[in-house]
Amino acid sequence: MSLVISQLCKCYSTHNGSIEALHNINLHVDPGEFICVVGASGSGKSTLLRLIAGLETPTSGKLHLNGREIVGPGADRGMVFQSYTLYPWMTLQKNVEFGLKLQGISPKDRRDRASYYLEIVGLTQFSRAYPKELSGGMKQRVAIARALATQPAVLLMDEPFGALDVQTREMMQEFLLDVWRRTNCTILTITHDVREAVFLAQRVYVLSSHPGTIDHEFQIDLPRDRTVLIERDAQFQTYVAAIQDRLRGLSKLTETWPLLHESTTQVNLRH
Amino acid sequence: MTPTPPASSSPLPTLDRDRPFWRLAEDIPLALTWKLMAISTFTPLLLWWLLSASNWISDKFLPSPIDVVQALITLWDRGLLLQDTQASIVRVTLGFLLAAIVATPIGILMGAFASIRALLEPAIGILRYMPAPAFVPLLIIYLGIDEAPKIALIFIGTVFFNTLMIMDAGKFVPKALIETAYTLGGSRWQILSQVIWPYIIPNVLDIFRVNMAASWNLVVVAELIAASEGLGKRIELARKFLNTDEIFACLIVLGLIGFVIDLSFRILIRKTCAWSLE
Repeated sequence: MSLVISQLCKCYSTHNGSIEALHNINLHVDPGEFICVVGASGSGKSTLLRLIAGLETPTSGKLHLNGREIVGPGADRGMVFQSYTLYPWMTLQKNVEFGLKLQGISPKDRRDRASYYLEIVGLTQFSRAYPKELSGGMKQRVAIARALATQPAVLLMDEPFGALDVQTREMMQEFLLDVWRRTNCTILTITHDVREAVFLAQRVYVLSSHPGTIDHEFQIDLPRDRTVLIERDAQFQTYVAAIQDRLRGLSKLTETWPLLHESTTQVNLRH
Repeated sequence: MTPTPPASSSPLPTLDRDRPFWRLAEDIPLALTWKLMAISTFTPLLLWWLLSASNWISDKFLPSPIDVVQALITLWDRGLLLQDTQASIVRVTLGFLLAAIVATPIGILMGAFASIRALLEPAIGILRYMPAPAFVPLLIIYLGIDEAPKIALIFIGTVFFNTLMIMDAGKFVPKALIETAYTLGGSRWQILSQVIWPYIIPNVLDIFRVNMAASWNLVVVAELIAASEGLGKRIELARKFLNTDEIFACLIVLGLIGFVIDLSFRILIRKTCAWSLE
């Protein structure tokens, strides 16, 4: 087993006392798996990923990667953020090399390895370009290449395609599956998009909100090499519906009701 | 049932297509830019020339532009212009360089670590409000009247502003860039030197550009008090003999030097930090 999380809790202290963001999380990711955690906003899914990355410390519970406890950030857990995080003063090549450079790998080796991963994400001809010359989708492809270049045990992705338009997002999802199949890497992705989760993952964890806790685990028995066409598959649609039902049951309708009510009154007042 | 918008009596505001001058937060045509810049340059010159030609004001108080050009030529021929300018430039360079060398690492550390910020910000916050010229008597007592107190004055007058402004630049490095470096296996020192520092270089250069102006103020202050050469000294000497044309000449030289320095910093930023420009 690669990544194991047991009885993880995370609390934040605020002015109004302590708020529990994550409650009793248990999950595991095996080598070579592609796992999605899907949840509404406020489910603490980003917090979960940041805890795994070692960017935050748990209030209680344990996180282990390959048998070793996670105590801080490290190159064994690559991370792709939703916001664009390429270093604007570096060329794409230098960006992908950066993690290797931080680890003291020789210039020749890191050049070779960065070139390999730029090739994987299909951006070899842009190796000398600067991030500001790229589209959003290309930037995220470079971020993926950069995270993979250090060959992490698990690649963590925090809504990596959240800022992209729908067409680009679909392309990037197919692209990511392709990278995953070709490199045999292990991926844990966080998303609020149920369709995306079913399309990408072999297993999906559904996270409930306030506090975030694992509500259900779905095994997605679809073939590994999927294209967007699989969305027409009845099996695919059944998974999406089941997860959406699950999330709908969890979300509190009352939260949206007062807003609706308010706008109705305003319209009435005008007449 | 749909609510209708209230009937409007005045026409909708239009974009100022016909009146480019008043375009809010928009570019104006290049030709207009040049025209306005020419007006800004030549109007004061014209007013000056008219005023001095009108004989309202005595030549002793307001020399004509031609008198000033002649004074400039005379100062150059006597070798004083070059000598004074050099002396002032050396003082400014040394004082400012020293301030930059001290301010940069401290500013970066203050920007990066809330602890160091808490440690140093109150003291620097008070120190920077003490007017640097008020330190002159102390500096003369401590350091005499040679070069040292002049350089020290420029140092004191610029080091605190440089530090605090670099600190601010350091505070605004996107956290995601720092966290990404952590997840790529970076250490604290590596992130300071290879993420935070390169990210703020263009800001630091711009901060130097702005604060350089203060060091030119201070060099003149220092030279007015005690110096054997320098543009400030030249102005003070000219006052003694009521040579207002020489005073004007020195002021123009000071203005031009400042302008050239400003422009050089802008070019330097454009050449070395192209990534940071829109």
